Amino acid sequence: MISLTDFLIVSAGLFCAGVYIILTKHNAIQVLIGIELMLNAAILNLVAFGKYDRINNSGQVFALFAIVLAAATTAVALAIILNVYKRYKTIDPGKVDGLKD
Amino acid sequence: MTMAQILFYLMGFIVLSSALFVAASKSLVRSVFMFFVTLMGLAGLYVLALADFIAITQIVIYVGGVLVLILFAFMLSARETLAVIQQQNNRFISISKLPAILLAVLFFIVMLNIIFKANLDQLDWIKASVATKNAITPGSVTVNNIGINLMTRYLLPFEAISILLMMALVGAAHLSRKEPGS
Repeated sequence: MISLTDFLIVSAGLFCAGVYIILTKHNAIQVLIGIELMLNAAILNLVAFGKYDRINNSGQVFALFAIVLAAATTAVALAIILNVYKRYKTIDPGKVDGLKD
Repeated sequence: MTMAQILFYLMGFIVLSSALFVAASKSLVRSVFMFFVTLMGLAGLYVLALADFIAITQIVIYVGGVLVLILFAFMLSARETLAVIQQQNNRFISISKLPAILLAVLFFIVMLNIIFKANLDQLDWIKASVATKNAITPGSVTVNNIGINLMTRYLLPFEAISILLMMALVGAAHLSRKEPGS
């Protein structure tokens, strides 16, 4: 049997890779990929604990909700990135520093 | 060492190494395609956690939807995006990345410490669920139960999520429309 600790170690590694990507990349799309990695680490935790709830399926159902929310987040974030690109001609988050006009 | 454990370590290695490649690679296209490998490996890990329905959902939504969206956005934002990436310096570890590496590694050490101190397999509710046969065993079918639970016990969160998803999609379409004047 695979123990819970193994799953949590993999998920901690994924989370830290996401933190590193968010801190270093100069490209909004790559920052978004880092956020998705961190979300996936959280979902892996939910699924690993959901193994011990056969009747209510709480972990698996909320993992489903988290996946759907991540998809919605990505759609909105990519629309925002395209608008930012149209206005500033760059998608480096460090260079986008103006409010409206 | 059983077959499941060998597969688990293989999948975990694929997931972690492809995530590190995403973090280390300079090229945006390569990192997007390695992210695809990470998502596939995560689906394999979900299967090993006995959650086959979540694994299929992960493949359909993430690999089919999110990744295609990311590729679209990357193709629609034109050549200047790539030029910004090309002009970064080519050293593997530069001084400017040192704080990020330190933060990530220290955070990983803290999380490992917490995970080992928590002693997860000896938690009370997990021992109780194994004793009362509430844990999912290999061979049990969970999809029926998930469907019933989604329509009875978790009906309110389900409806809230569906309304939020509709709002997000309308908002995304509104944000990315063409201006009527220009």
